[in-house]
Amino acid sequence: MEFGLSEDQKLLQESIRGTLERVSPLERVRAAADKEETEAADIGKALAELGVYGMLVPEAHGGMGMTLLDAALVAEMLGRYVAPAGFAATAVMAPIAIAGAGSNAQQEAWLPKLASGEAKAGVAIAEAASGARDGAGVTASGGKLNGKSLFALETEAADVIVVADKAGGLHLVKGDAKGLAKVRLTSIDLTRGLNELQFDNVEAEALSSGDAAATLRRMIDAGRVMLAADTLGAGWMMIEKAVAYAGERKQFGRVIGSFQAVKHMCAEMASELEPCRSLVWYAAHAFDTMPDEASLMAAHAKGMTGEVGRFVARTATEVHGGMGFTDLLGLHYWFKRIGLDRQLLGSPERVRHEAAVMQGWAAAD
Amino acid sequence: MDLAYGPEYDAFRAEVRDFIRDNKDKAPKRFGVARPSEESLAWQRLLIEHGLTARTIPKEYGGYGAEPDILKSRIIAEEFTAAKLPMGLANQGISMLVPTLLELGTEEQKKKWIEPTLKGEVVWCQGYSEPGSGSDLASLQTKATEDGDDFIINGQKIWTSTAHAADMIFCLVRTEPEAKKHEGISYLIFPMTTPGIEVRPLKTMTGHAEFNEVFFTDVRVPQKDIVAGRGQGWYVANATLKHERGMLGDPNQAGTRLKEIIDLMHEETMDGVRLIDHPVYRDRLMQLQARVLAMQFHGLRLLTAASKKEDPGIARLIVKLQGCEINHQLAALAIDALGEIGVLYGDSPHLRAHGSWQHRYMFDLGLIIGGGTAQIQKNIISERGLGMPREPKPAKA
Repeated sequence: MEFGLSEDQKLLQESIRGTLERVSPLERVRAAADKEETEAADIGKALAELGVYGMLVPEAHGGMGMTLLDAALVAEMLGRYVAPAGFAATAVMAPIAIAGAGSNAQQEAWLPKLASGEAKAGVAIAEAASGARDGAGVTASGGKLNGKSLFALETEAADVIVVADKAGGLHLVKGDAKGLAKVRLTSIDLTRGLNELQFDNVEAEALSSGDAAATLRRMIDAGRVMLAADTLGAGWMMIEKAVAYAGERKQFGRVIGSFQAVKHMCAEMASELEPCRSLVWYAAHAFDTMPDEASLMAAHAKGMTGEVGRFVARTATEVHGGMGFTDLLGLHYWFKRIGLDRQLLGSPERVRHEAAVMQGWAAAD
Repeated sequence: MDLAYGPEYDAFRAEVRDFIRDNKDKAPKRFGVARPSEESLAWQRLLIEHGLTARTIPKEYGGYGAEPDILKSRIIAEEFTAAKLPMGLANQGISMLVPTLLELGTEEQKKKWIEPTLKGEVVWCQGYSEPGSGSDLASLQTKATEDGDDFIINGQKIWTSTAHAADMIFCLVRTEPEAKKHEGISYLIFPMTTPGIEVRPLKTMTGHAEFNEVFFTDVRVPQKDIVAGRGQGWYVANATLKHERGMLGDPNQAGTRLKEIIDLMHEETMDGVRLIDHPVYRDRLMQLQARVLAMQFHGLRLLTAASKKEDPGIARLIVKLQGCEINHQLAALAIDALGEIGVLYGDSPHLRAHGSWQHRYMFDLGLIIGGGTAQIQKNIISERGLGMPREPKPAKA
């Protein structure tokens, strides 16, 4: 029995940490955000050199065939450094979709290029994961897609996009397909790209070689674990920044970190967030090895980190006092990153309802 | 990451299951309130003999003498919980005094006290807190003054559970009034039958007297009944408190409680609708399920760290705070799901589960306060876990 990271996993996380500390410092994040550059090429290149984009691609297709827990360790670091870089879609959900439901030809066409980082993939599955808003929904008929999908992830420069239709089918659409319009959605979080995709008779290839519904489920589960891990990393960075700031800022002749009111805020953040790490690890491990538990654990990991993340984001900001509220300090990049994580792929209320449905305690909608 | 235990542990689990199959009829039905019942004592002896409790205590002191193996301890706990059988006794003598004597006692003290304590024959109480010394325990004022080969003890202790039924007390007293507060304390052990000890029950908000106050008036105790040296009591007590905090906030207890609430919400109805079908209560259940699961997995993580002799750092420091809070919130959900029935108590008509949800809700608040208050826990987490500065001492007026 061993519930913890292996030496290899610790090394992996340290190497990602070291690289991101170097290539994604606050001033780089700020420069990218100012230009709405959500997939910074230099950061993407550094990650590609570490093999990040091939982690979940099977070895037969030029990837490393690693686990979702490994990917969660990377996602945690991306959150920690609020990195403007694609990952959850192009390196996790899209490879899962193509490997799970793609034909041999589709796998051969895309997986090696995704693994090397030569091609990028986006995903448009928000309606399936979070429910449809503003009349969104895509219908598939005769190899053509029509309708619209909101909150598509990492689609800005994607070569290929995995799209879920209203019936639960999955499709591959070329990023430059005729009839596809991308409308940028500007969110609070300028480190990640969101688009509305409008489909007007867009040519699509169905991903229909495996069980598409089960594959869509796997994509959502994996995506939720990545967002939970992202919040874990971003949240811990906020706690560390709050502790450091409280150790320097003086009022009433002493550092504010020596006031119990401030210390207790920090202790509460840490004691709420650290159990999330155990839950994220378990959810990722369940995805890898315990399929019966995977969806429930992914839902709970997403829901709980969403709630705790909101608490940490506001509390860490309060510890910074007025400075926390300024743009100057840049703390808001973490606040907003956590804010986006919470809403994407199922809000806490939504995933808890799903968790009840999965256990037979509520009727499916 | 590997949640399988492996062949050695699977074999051990099979042995535990064999024991349970062969002996489950001998499990006690009546446990005794303050002192273990005869049935409990017999069960305890059987468990020790089979290495299912007191497992790592050396044979010469009445234990089973196995090498420490935290995974085997967990397997025993899992199997006994699954079979709904009582585990070995876990009173303050066994969980706090025995480890302390093993670490710091003289050979004579170990020989004399460990075995009868393990067997449940000698019951102990803990004399630490005083009316004026709670979170600031080291300020305690109960005095022990030298008189020949003895100490004469005067003072008062509070929050002393089982004092009314205990044979013995392990007690912190001030022996060196001139020393700094942490250095003037000694750890004494003596019989509760010693003349001059008065025990008064302390009734709590639950309506029961789970604790006592203990008064000492010229209580004469031989100086030799000190553990470690004079003035060493604070360090001895810290060694002991470490064992107590490990007991509070057990995530598996929360898991059991969660299952009870799931059952309750399936059985109880309001206007003929089951509570589990009510979206608001169900959402609260799901929030708590996530938190309980997180703490259970957190427990696995700490177990792994312990088995590798790694320090889990802040992950360990949060357990008491989180665990007690989650237990309290579980009881609160059960009360709320029961609506007006949730306030019934005593032997009222329509009472559910003997009123235990209200009892737990109140008693858990006591646990949030006891064993280091939630606020003291937060000081520990921020200072030792996050490296934040201590509160500066107020300037002398």
